[in-house]
Amino acid sequence: MTKKRKQAAIGILFALPTLLGLIIFKIYPILASGFYSLTEYHITLPPQWIGVKNYKNLFSDPLFIKSFSNTLYYLIWLVPLGLIVGICLALLLVKDIKGIGFFRSMVYLPSIVPIYAFATVALWFFNPYFGLVNGLLARVGVEGPLWIADEKWVKFTLVLVAQWGAGPTALLFMAGMKDVPKELYEAATLDGANAWQKFWKITFPFISPITLYYLITSAIGALQFFDLPNIMTGGGPNNASLSVGMYIYRHAFRYTNMGYACAMSWIIFIISLILTIVLLRTSMKWVFYGE
Amino acid sequence: MKSKRKSHILSKTISLMLLIIVTVIYMLPFFWMVSTSFKADYELYEYPAPLLPDKLIFENYKLAVTYFPFWKYFRNTLIITLGSVIGVLFSCPLAAYSFAQLEWKGKNLVFYLLIATMMLPNFVTLIPVFVIFSKLNLVNTFWPLILPSFLGQPFFIFLLRQFFLSLPTSLFDAARIDGASELQIYTKIALPLTKPALIVVALFQFLGSWNDYLGPLIYLTNENKYPLSLGLPQFLSQYGTHWNWMMAAATITVIPVLIFFIFTQKQLVEGIKFTGSKG
Repeated sequence: MTKKRKQAAIGILFALPTLLGLIIFKIYPILASGFYSLTEYHITLPPQWIGVKNYKNLFSDPLFIKSFSNTLYYLIWLVPLGLIVGICLALLLVKDIKGIGFFRSMVYLPSIVPIYAFATVALWFFNPYFGLVNGLLARVGVEGPLWIADEKWVKFTLVLVAQWGAGPTALLFMAGMKDVPKELYEAATLDGANAWQKFWKITFPFISPITLYYLITSAIGALQFFDLPNIMTGGGPNNASLSVGMYIYRHAFRYTNMGYACAMSWIIFIISLILTIVLLRTSMKWVFYGE
Repeated sequence: MKSKRKSHILSKTISLMLLIIVTVIYMLPFFWMVSTSFKADYELYEYPAPLLPDKLIFENYKLAVTYFPFWKYFRNTLIITLGSVIGVLFSCPLAAYSFAQLEWKGKNLVFYLLIATMMLPNFVTLIPVFVIFSKLNLVNTFWPLILPSFLGQPFFIFLLRQFFLSLPTSLFDAARIDGASELQIYTKIALPLTKPALIVVALFQFLGSWNDYLGPLIYLTNENKYPLSLGLPQFLSQYGTHWNWMMAAATITVIPVLIFFIFTQKQLVEGIKFTGSKG
């Protein structure tokens, strides 16, 4: 009994830093931001209770509505495009070809280049007049779009730039594809299955758990899209690329409007919670767990 | 049989071509970065843009380093990064070992709570955590960027716990019977056995801190405290028209990461695969 007790005490002691972190940096902040969202709070003075006024104001704030619809655009484009790019890259990188290690490294490399460095490079790469992309297009007689300088193109440009970070996702899918027994493909070929059928009937079940993981994490990431637009466009032109994350940052750290910013962060929180629950619920129908 | 081999070769050739195209696309921004960094001023504003500089202007690098205090930013980045790596290596294996091998009440509840916080958007906790650090007068110090790693990172704890679970309990029980204390068992037996996983955790945290942008943006306003993540965009806003200097500065920023990548890519790739198989 005493031995058991001693082990329990040591167990808690070992986990103590993490327990403290859980309370100080996660549980308390969730509750506190929920509370702040119902107050007017400027850090220097104590928060003043104003009920749901922040939330009401948000829905009549044109910039919030704009940033919110921009964020939905990011969500709708970043998640599926990243999935398609990741799976297509994985299908290529899983091949047993001489020198494949080199190709894997090259595809993975941009994702570990710091985002702040990559964003500045991408800014110059997609420069409408003097960048490489439009320069190459001009050589083949195509006049490229204005990319981030054009309100209509800016969000798509950012989504495109984000695809250079697909390496880790691709490697994750590739690892899943490697688990597929080769005999399954051979049998399917004998039965006359085409590549499309083989992918959906054989490959996909093996990578479906990774797909679920990808969908949840990338959706939460897309709802918080911040680094690329903040460095590349600052939200412009004409707020066409302003994300909710950037708008939260602006209110919290430029105008010290903590209450208003917390209300926005709670809206993002609730949406990400709903998305996670929906994905987990539906996953039973399409995620295949081995064994 | 012959046609089968033929189609096999054909499919390999197509794959190889696609791989080359993909690699070129993924490397193109870096080609552009390096190419621009050696260009003369007049070559920056030609249309269509010349692919390569007429001659290599090394002076761009000299000028970039003059206006861009790389070493100061580099040092600050290094302090933050090493601090957080030490932090996760202290807190995460301790907690993971406790969750995997020690028995205590409420353990599972705490663990699942911890896992659930991985799904928590960063922006929800950002503001109250900032309030805490600003009340402690720690804004404009490195502490807000280092201290949290000493108090656990759920993802790493999850990874390490999987690792500790794969070790046989009998190993630890035998040591207990021999009279070893729990701390001895942890430091002498458990930690050495998890070395490969600890390396992966250290590498991931290294990259995470090195590449972090939002954290420094919020906590550091004094230019002397700037890491590379703030220094480079600041350089952009000040000398944005001198793209050759700008790209020289970006190249200098990318080089340490490249060196890091060359030495660690095997472990990084293994780490990602490990994440996949347990995730």
